[in-house]
Amino acid sequence: MISEFGIVLLFFLLGAVFVGIAMVAASVVRPSKPNPIKNSTYECGEIPIGEPWIRFNVRFYVIALVFLLFDVEVVFLLPWAMVYKQLGWFAFIEMIIFVVILLAGFAYVWAKGDLDWEKPKPYIAKLEDLVVGKKKS
Amino acid sequence: MESTNFIWDLMGKNLWSVVAVISLPLIFVLIYALVAILAELKVSAWIQERLGPMRTGPWGILQPIAEVIKLLQKEDITPTAASKILFNLAPYVIFTGAYAAFAVIPFSEAYAPANINVGLFYIFAVGSFSAIGIVMGGWASNNKYSLMGAMRSVSQVISYEIPAAVAVLAVVVLTSSMNMMEISRMQEGGFWNWYIFGGPGGWTKIFMIPFTLTLAIIYFIASLAETNRLPFDIPEGESELVAGFHTEYSGMKFAMFFFAEYANMFVVAAVVTTIFLGGWTSPFGSFLAGAGWGAFWFILKSMFVVFLQIWIRWTLPRFRVDQLMYIGWKVLLPISLVCFIAISFFSLLNLG
Repeated sequence: MISEFGIVLLFFLLGAVFVGIAMVAASVVRPSKPNPIKNSTYECGEIPIGEPWIRFNVRFYVIALVFLLFDVEVVFLLPWAMVYKQLGWFAFIEMIIFVVILLAGFAYVWAKGDLDWEKPKPYIAKLEDLVVGKKKS
Repeated sequence: MESTNFIWDLMGKNLWSVVAVISLPLIFVLIYALVAILAELKVSAWIQERLGPMRTGPWGILQPIAEVIKLLQKEDITPTAASKILFNLAPYVIFTGAYAAFAVIPFSEAYAPANINVGLFYIFAVGSFSAIGIVMGGWASNNKYSLMGAMRSVSQVISYEIPAAVAVLAVVVLTSSMNMMEISRMQEGGFWNWYIFGGPGGWTKIFMIPFTLTLAIIYFIASLAETNRLPFDIPEGESELVAGFHTEYSGMKFAMFFFAEYANMFVVAAVVTTIFLGGWTSPFGSFLAGAGWGAFWFILKSMFVVFLQIWIRWTLPRFRVDQLMYIGWKVLLPISLVCFIAISFFSLLNLG
């Protein structure tokens, strides 16, 4: 009547339906008195300045791209792992070549510094800075 | 295929049995979430030498119910600046993703809701739903805190998914199966057959133990990061981002984010239990084994892993963003790849 994957689909539906039921139940009980100040964007009581939807730092996208490569690697290797014990040494060497090619790219990204998040570089004040008339180095 | 679902045996396949099969995990999640919320409050209290909640009911055991009632009564605020559709859709996406993962969790040898042969892969696939839900909610809020929290959270979730996936890959190499029921069944016969101790095999498996143990620890660390638990709590860092991606959410929508976080905690704990800690198998061979005891052992082991997550949350301070990326990409990923290659090598030598 219903396959195992049909059950999986029903799990998705039930998850969504459950959230819907919870929302409807809450909408019956809860108060609803919106006003413009309540509905304004929260920024610790300040009036927000500027748009939050701005261009974002590019390093997030670099991380996403590197992730995509490794995720594809995992997707390729999972079927490989399923039949690994039948294929033997041939599969092992093939996997090594595959991973090494990937790691070459990873080493490039690492050496280029894309995996380094901005590190704090605290400036420790020296005695000379306090001397009047001298420029800070 | 033998039956892996006692409800089919009891009631046959009809509409009501299907409803029972898909709603049984939901009832479990609801009860589990209440227990986990209370456990979180009480464990944190013990760690900090406090009493924790004591007023609601005897010994404060009604505290989670009181919190649910409180959240039910809260006004639901949708900011005028927000993108309405995405803002309202995000709780659905995040909870549906968390609940869908329960479809393949083998609670006992007699109960896995859907016994599909790509179980582990499926869990990783629906695990990505949480990242989508987070970035949806965070972006749609049109709030700087939310957007920064969402971006950080997604970069963290995807960074730690790689070591976790490689750890799972190594187990798939050992089992040649992605079916979570079969993986559990392979580990029957005592705790020395669990994959954290190299899996079933002769004495030569001692070469494997360091690698499988390392991978289990790596998977656990990565799962903490994937569920945004505290040592990796940057997306919700209270001191800097108020509440991270759910700053603008209130009432039931916030409750859904909260609920999904606890459901995800159980899912990762269940994956650790299934692939490393023997799933529903008894730690003492055939002693206390069976369908009912299987559910007992599975829930006991999973709750122990959840307890570890809570313990770590209240023990360790939060990492900085650059430390987080350092650990994920430059420590966990190379170590997990080395362990993966070593396990592949040893399993070909038939040491496992």
